Amino acid sequence: MNALLVARDLVRHYPVRTGLFRRPLRLRAVDGVSFVVPPARTLALVGESGCGKTTTAKLVLGLIPATSGEVTFAGEPLPAPHTSAWRAARRRMQMIYQDPLGALDRRLTVLSQVMEPLAIHSIGTKPERRERALALLDAVGLQPHLADRYPHELSGGQRQRVVLARALILEPALIVADEPVSALDVSIQAQVLNLFEDLQARFGVAYLFISHDLKVVRQVAHEVAVMYLGRIVEQGPPEALFRDPAHPYTRALVSAIPVVRRRAGRERIVLQGDPPNPIALPSGCAFHPRCPVAVATCRHETPALKPWHDGRLVACHVAHGEAALPQAA
Amino acid sequence: MLRYLLSRLLRAALTIVAVVTFAFVVLRLSGDPALLIMSVDAPPEAIDAFRAAWGLDRPLWEQYFRYFLQVAQGNLGQSMRDGRPALTVVLERVPETLALTLPAFATKLLIGIPAGVYAALNRNRLADRLTMVLSVAGFTVPSFVLALLLVLIFAVNLGWLPSGGAESWRHAILPVITLGLSGAAILARFTRSAMLEVLGQPYIRAASAKGLPWRRVITDHALPNAAIPTVTIIGFMVGSLVAGAVVVESVFSWPGVGRLLVVAVANRDLAIVQTILLLVAFTMVCANLVVDMLYGWIDPRLRTARTQGA
Amino acid sequence: MTPQDTATGVLQNAAAEPARGAVARFLDSWPPAVLAALAWIGGMVFVALFADSLAPYPYTALDLRARLSPPVFIGGDWRHILGSDELGRDVLSRLIVSIRMSVLIAFGATVISAVLGTSLGLLAAHFRGRIEQVVLALVDFQASMPFLIIALSVLAFFGNALPLFIALMGFHGWERYARIARGLTIAANEQGYANAVRQLGAGAARIYGLHVLPNIASTLIVTMTLTFPEIILLESGLSFLGLGVQPPMTSLGNMVGYGREYITRAPWIMLSPATAIVLTTLSISLVGDWLRDRLDPTLR
Repeated sequence: MNALLVARDLVRHYPVRTGLFRRPLRLRAVDGVSFVVPPARTLALVGESGCGKTTTAKLVLGLIPATSGEVTFAGEPLPAPHTSAWRAARRRMQMIYQDPLGALDRRLTVLSQVMEPLAIHSIGTKPERRERALALLDAVGLQPHLADRYPHELSGGQRQRVVLARALILEPALIVADEPVSALDVSIQAQVLNLFEDLQARFGVAYLFISHDLKVVRQVAHEVAVMYLGRIVEQGPPEALFRDPAHPYTRALVSAIPVVRRRAGRERIVLQGDPPNPIALPSGCAFHPRCPVAVATCRHETPALKPWHDGRLVACHVAHGEAALPQAA
Repeated sequence: MLRYLLSRLLRAALTIVAVVTFAFVVLRLSGDPALLIMSVDAPPEAIDAFRAAWGLDRPLWEQYFRYFLQVAQGNLGQSMRDGRPALTVVLERVPETLALTLPAFATKLLIGIPAGVYAALNRNRLADRLTMVLSVAGFTVPSFVLALLLVLIFAVNLGWLPSGGAESWRHAILPVITLGLSGAAILARFTRSAMLEVLGQPYIRAASAKGLPWRRVITDHALPNAAIPTVTIIGFMVGSLVAGAVVVESVFSWPGVGRLLVVAVANRDLAIVQTILLLVAFTMVCANLVVDMLYGWIDPRLRTARTQGA
Repeated sequence: MTPQDTATGVLQNAAAEPARGAVARFLDSWPPAVLAALAWIGGMVFVALFADSLAPYPYTALDLRARLSPPVFIGGDWRHILGSDELGRDVLSRLIVSIRMSVLIAFGATVISAVLGTSLGLLAAHFRGRIEQVVLALVDFQASMPFLIIALSVLAFFGNALPLFIALMGFHGWERYARIARGLTIAANEQGYANAVRQLGAGAARIYGLHVLPNIASTLIVTMTLTFPEIILLESGLSFLGLGVQPPMTSLGNMVGYGREYITRAPWIMLSPATAIVLTTLSISLVGDWLRDRLDPTLR
């Protein structure tokens, strides 16, 4: 299976000044991340704020340079940002954000904004572009009379559809979606997620789907990678992750999903300790200060992301049985 | 806090450097500085001494440094009219100008701020409309027109007050009124919009909802917060104390720094012009620095801000 | 006025709505003061454009037999509707030509200032880094010195030929455009529409020309209505002092300056240009305020 997007050992550090005379500290936004996105499939990146998901997305699109590691798209390395090669590469990879209102120019009609990417890359004549834009608005489920409206006249869900239409009109192979449904009402979220799936079936587009919300991810993803403090701690098919989380952090996340009736034996795990700080990374496993099952090894040795017994990747000493398990889990 | 003060101090220093550089460049571009700055009957030895002191035959960067030195020592050339040192001539006039601008400043504050606050509190009622009309009038009527109108009414037609000169305190009344009213109008408008902005904030509603009497809400919450942007504009007015009266002094023939500047520009007495420019810059920078420090003290957000990691 | 009063006031106004007709609604969105202001501005522009045909006499024409004659409504005759000055020159003609001069200078300077400020603001926002620091330092410098003093210094050193004078006036207020343009562009670039279009592969020309500038234009135009009257006041102040527009050219400030000597004998020489100045700055300020209120619906 040839991969569309390959990220290998991506690292991105930021120097941070803490005072006039002290040496700058290092903010490890992304600390060695590798994954593969196959064509027309969805990989979800999940984690809390500050875990490095958005930075990873920007690295993958070539928006910011990596401190080390590499990204290949369709077998080729990414061009440097904002060069003409990079602009040409935009045809094949696109990004959509959380806030659709900000992403749209409030002075232009929805139709003209969906047409614009074609104009930028000089594709087709004006009537042809109009045709395609209208077809795409239809594909995302917007009625034709909305084409001449302005962004502020539409609802949040409708706006996000417009943004999707605009992203798809160039027929990209990959769309990176950064919290695309987080700003929408729950009922609308479901509709938009269904739309994502339909569009993937119809246009064969791959998604790198970033979210902090596990329930959202469960619906659309073929594979889920859980991130914590710049590293992937568990990666595998969503059902496996949700039914039987291997990493303690994943377990805590999954237990926090609200359910209508709590099944007996499923207790909510509340993590102790301070929220993570990417500047002062703990030694060894980054999660060990808050981990309910941490042992001595976890303090000294950083766990590697290795295959587990069912094929998933897990980075945890305890999960791999490399340390003596404590009595209470 | 210390970091904030240091950065402000740095900024002030940079502005002074910028103004001195500006003066230097402008002086160079307009001819031979020796001839421009020295008076017409200065003896040739004095001119040569000047050239030496300013290093006019040296490379440009060296001239720049020497210029700085000269400025720092107060050696700013001589007035073209009487050959006296420019700095002395200018400083002599400063008390005269302050005699006008200080009372005017007090007037601006005492009329402008209460008017603006009152207008904001009685929004869209008669008091507000009236205050706004007067304030717009103060802002659109240029100071020379206002001055001439006052002269026309009070000096020419009514004969109550003198129309020019600076012999007695009665001569100061019309100039002070002119300056004070225009400034009060601007301040009123500004204070009003600052107050309106503050009054629209959620915390005002919260304070009122807590049961605090409305007067207390104003004095404890609204006014202190509205003071913050108002302080900036007051700082600007303080900075203009020395040279904010250019037009008014000219209309009333008041022998202050402003009138001196106008005469100097007309006669191309460049030493005086340069001196006044630098003096005003210095005053403005000091006033801004004081304002910045006041900010640091009034605005608690600045007091406790520290850079943290991430 | 307490919040409770405001609330009841709003409710009462809302209840009174249905009884008003079309005229009232028209006057609501176009207040009479603003209409009058727009009419005055239109008049000024008309005069400025057609000054030569409108002036009854050439503005330097002497009429020594009719020196210091008062305007028609105070006892003069129709030959000099607004009176004449100490050399018999017709005040109305001089007023018309002065209006043209002042309007021209203010307009030219406003455009220069807007273009200069906006360009620097855009550059600062686009390139960030060093360039932004330099632009911000310049903005600081401009904002920290009273412009009148800088203007006077430049006039002293370089003289006051008209093109130089207009260029000098063009430096008034550019920092406001720069600040606004920079702020709005940075917001658009970071998470907004400019960033989105850049993501699509658009080049700088398209981003700034088709997206950013149209979006910030309205705020900039409001700023122009604020700086325009300030420039008129600045120019007339300088001309009044004899340092601005030089004879034989005439501007509004100029006329007031010359009329000053005759304030006792012939106040009309000074009053007509003074009135023109006041009404023009007033009109533009009113229109500017109204525009700003219209453009920002979230306002008080």
